[in-house]
Order: sequence, then C-alpha cells, then structure tokens
Amino acid sequence: MTAQEIIDSLTARFGDAIVESKPDAMQPWIRIAPDRIQEVGRFLHDDLALRMDYLSSLSGMDYNNGQLGVVYHLQSLVHKHRIVLKVSVPKEQAHVPTVSGVWGTANWHEREAFDLFGIVFDGHPDPRRILLPDDWEGHPLRKDYQVQEFYHGMKVPY
Amino acid sequence: MIESLSLPTNYVTKPDAITTSSGKTIRSQEMIVNMGPQHPSTHGVLRLEIVVDGEIIVDCIPHIGYLHRCFEKHTEHMTNYQQVIPYTDRMDYCSAITNEWSYALAVERMLKIEVPERVEYIRVIMAELQRIASHLIAVGTYGIDSGAFTPFLYSFIDREKILDLFEMTCGARLLYNYVWVGGVSHDLPPGFVEKAKEFVTYFRPRITMLNDLLTYNEIFVKRTANVGVLPRDVAVNYACSGPMLRGSGVNWDLRRDDPYSVYHKFEWEPQVGKGEVGTIGDCWDRHIVRMREMEQSLNIIEQALAGLPEGNVQAAVPKRIRPEPGGEYYGRTESPRGELGFYVVSDGSASPYRVKARGPAFVNLSVLPEISRGAMIADLVLIAGSVDIVLGEVDR
Repeated sequence: MTAQEIIDSLTARFGDAIVESKPDAMQPWIRIAPDRIQEVGRFLHDDLALRMDYLSSLSGMDYNNGQLGVVYHLQSLVHKHRIVLKVSVPKEQAHVPTVSGVWGTANWHEREAFDLFGIVFDGHPDPRRILLPDDWEGHPLRKDYQVQEFYHGMKVPY
Repeated sequence: MIESLSLPTNYVTKPDAITTSSGKTIRSQEMIVNMGPQHPSTHGVLRLEIVVDGEIIVDCIPHIGYLHRCFEKHTEHMTNYQQVIPYTDRMDYCSAITNEWSYALAVERMLKIEVPERVEYIRVIMAELQRIASHLIAVGTYGIDSGAFTPFLYSFIDREKILDLFEMTCGARLLYNYVWVGGVSHDLPPGFVEKAKEFVTYFRPRITMLNDLLTYNEIFVKRTANVGVLPRDVAVNYACSGPMLRGSGVNWDLRRDDPYSVYHKFEWEPQVGKGEVGTIGDCWDRHIVRMREMEQSLNIIEQALAGLPEGNVQAAVPKRIRPEPGGEYYGRTESPRGELGFYVVSDGSASPYRVKARGPAFVNLSVLPEISRGAMIADLVLIAGSVDIVLGEVDR
C-alpha cells in the first residue's frame, strides 16, 4: 500500500481522529488525536490489508512550544510498507494512552519516553523509570530541563 | 530479605504456604535473587532481578541504565551534525562502523546527498568486516557462557586480524570515527585490498573449525537446543531484529528489505533459524544464524573487493550542515544486532534538534522476561547470552 492509501483507509474509518497528514514527506506521517491512538493502533495492527505488525521505534519529542509528542515508526513485515504516526499533547497534561497492549515492544520505549520526557502513558503495565534512578528529579530531554544540584549528597553538574 | 522495591507494582507473589489435596501444608516461598550488576554472564553492567521457585525462574526483570550518559542530550549540544559521529561509536562499541553509518545515512537522506560509489563499497566492506568481528565476540563469549573456553581464544585471534585492517585504514581499533556524513574519513590505504582478500581466504576454514569446536559439540547442543525458545509472533510483537528475529524463522534483513547502499549488487542470502537440533527460535538457532551470517559476510566482502570502483571518498557536503527546518528522517541499517535506527529531527540550525537512537540491543533485551520464564537459573546465562547485548547501546 502507498502512504496515501494508508491515510485514506484510516480517514475512512476514523475520520475525525486524523488531525493532519503529510503523504508527500520523505517518510509520510499522520497526526492522530492522542485519545484515539489505541484504537487506531489496534486497527493498523490487525487489519489484513495494513498489517502493521512491527513497531520499529517509538520516540518522545519536545516541540518547545508547550507541546510534547510521541512518534511511532511502523513497519509491516508482511506487506513491507511503512507509516509514521504522531501525537502531541500539552506539556502540563502530558497523557497518552499506552500502545503496549498492541505492540509489546512499546513497553520499554514508553518507559524511556516517560523517563526522559515525562510523558505519562495511561494504562501502562509497568510505569517506572527505565534509564535513570527511580528517585531522579525531572526529565532530561525536555528543552527546559534544569539539572538538580545534588543527588544523594553528590554534586551533579560537572 | 532483599528489597523488592523495584518490582512492578502489579506483581503478585505466591503465598508462603500451600495446602495439598490431602490436607498437608507445604512451605513454598519464592525468592528474589539478583544476578548482576557485577556478574560475568551479563556481559556488562546489567542487573537481572529474578524471582525463583526453587531452581525455576518465575519472573525476570532486567534493570538497565548503569551506563546511561544521555547520548541523546549530548547530540543537541553539538555545534555540527558531524560532531555526533564519535558519540555514536560509543553506543555499540563492538560494532562502531554500523552506528556511524546509520546516523550518517539518516543525515545524508535528510540532505539528499548522494555519496560516491566508492564510498558505498568501502562502507559495505567495513560494515561486513565489523559484522564478522562483532559476531566473533558474540560466539566466543557464548562459548564461555556454556562452559567452553577454547573457542573464545580462537575467535579473538581472528578478530584481531580484522581490527588490524581497521587500524591500517583509520588508525583506530575499536572506535573509528570513520564513516562521515557524505563519505569516509580516509581512503583505503595501499595494500588493504590484498590484505582483506587474504583474510577472506584465511577465515573461511576457520568458521568450519569454530563450528566443529562449538556449534556441533554435543554438550553445547544439549545446553542450547530447546532452551529460551522465542516464538515467531512474540519476536515480531517485541520488534526483535537481527539474529534474534531471524533465529525465530522470520526472513527479514534490512540489507535486503529496506535497501540501502549497494547490497543489491551482491549475491548473498539472509540466514534464518530452522530448528535443526531443537525448536525454531531456540538459543542454538540464534547461534547458528550468527555463524552462517559470517560466511555470508565473507561472500559480500569478496564481491565488493572485486568490484571496488575508483573515485572520491567524500561527497560535496556543506561545511555547516543545516537541513531544512522541520526536516526529519528515521535512518536505519542492519547492524550485527539488528535494526539500528536514528530518528533525526532538524530545526534548521547547525545542531540536531533531536536524535533518538533505536538500539537493537535495547529492544532485543526487552523480550528477555518472555523467554526466560519457566527456565532453569543455569539456562538463564545461556538465554541472556544468546540475545547478544552490548550495554553501551542498551543504556546509551
């Protein structure tokens, strides 16, 4: 399927959940309403014509305009087509439903995005930090991140 | 009592005592054991928190992050896109060339730079040599995991020969800073092609020897066959890649399925696990896939050396790389461990706005709990070893 066909098929089914799409980008992407990401993901995964069974990568983003985002790079091993999904949420209300029930690999990627960006994935089975210590303060990849002065009595900024 | 603070919040432990059907009470307590962070079998600083019932693993929770230095934050503070490359070296330090290449590929595609054909050939030769070097570490240390020390020494002798070739080319043995955006840092030195050809001829019979010594060794087969079986659907669902995915019978290799560089010009076959001595997707299958991939890499190197074109080793690249604002690209290559991707986003300035590294070892490790439940503690060493993780990349 071409990117345009994938976008058409999603628009036909979800309509208002598709906020924006860019089929002519180098890697075509679709922006989804955050609260609909689970059902869109489930459909992309299960539909026999789409069969996006492989979540290559899931990245957190800070757009530096009060918005945080998540970018999903999807791949179909069966049909060999690809698409990119994006969602963005306000920084103060950074909640995105988890897709770890659809793609198991999202579990660790989402923990990483929570750890480094502070995006909370609602319904995540194991919502802990993954790379930083459990008692670290703040989320380093946010553009406005200020590193803490001390961690357990050790000076942090070098 | 070991603190269990870090167990998942939804974890339910078994009751301390159970009553059998005949009314007897048997004490039955699960125990939490830490394997690592300083344990030789974890191949680095990794802590596996395992819940055991006797000798059976009930659950296994990997704790990572001991080597975390926030590579992604570093990249945002560079003054040039090229400056990121030495940092990528330090992710998967067993296979630095492919790290550099994945990143360079993402930036080149963003800028729509076509690299000279000679560069593509050199990159293929280097990446395949690197694949052999990396698989030799994987196979050698896997021998140690299973109690065989000798194959490790043999594989390190051969790996040294590859490192000599790298040293000859760019002066470094492990962290090369060799693949740059738009080209490579140095052309091949005089005598490289002959030496590389010599290595190919020398190494072919050594694979057979390693196979005789380790792969088909009765004890090794008994310890790895039917152990740590990763079913096909689980492998795909957890986005495993590289020998992990192919070991489970999924014929997927980015060199063929998301074509980049000049791989389409060569004759070679992706290798998949077939369950020859046990079940498809067991530890032995992942091991044999690595062994056979080394042969395929030799085939590719041989053809690339024969067809190596003359030409420049650096495309015309602006001194200050500034991709257009809002430009983004997810570039990926097939590293020895699988899909290594860099998601690079630009805001039009001279440093990347965001770089996300998708490391194959990080993703492959996340499936470890799935394949180690129900296994014996002694087998966990072999299961973890068969994943072939490099902690520098898991933790970034």
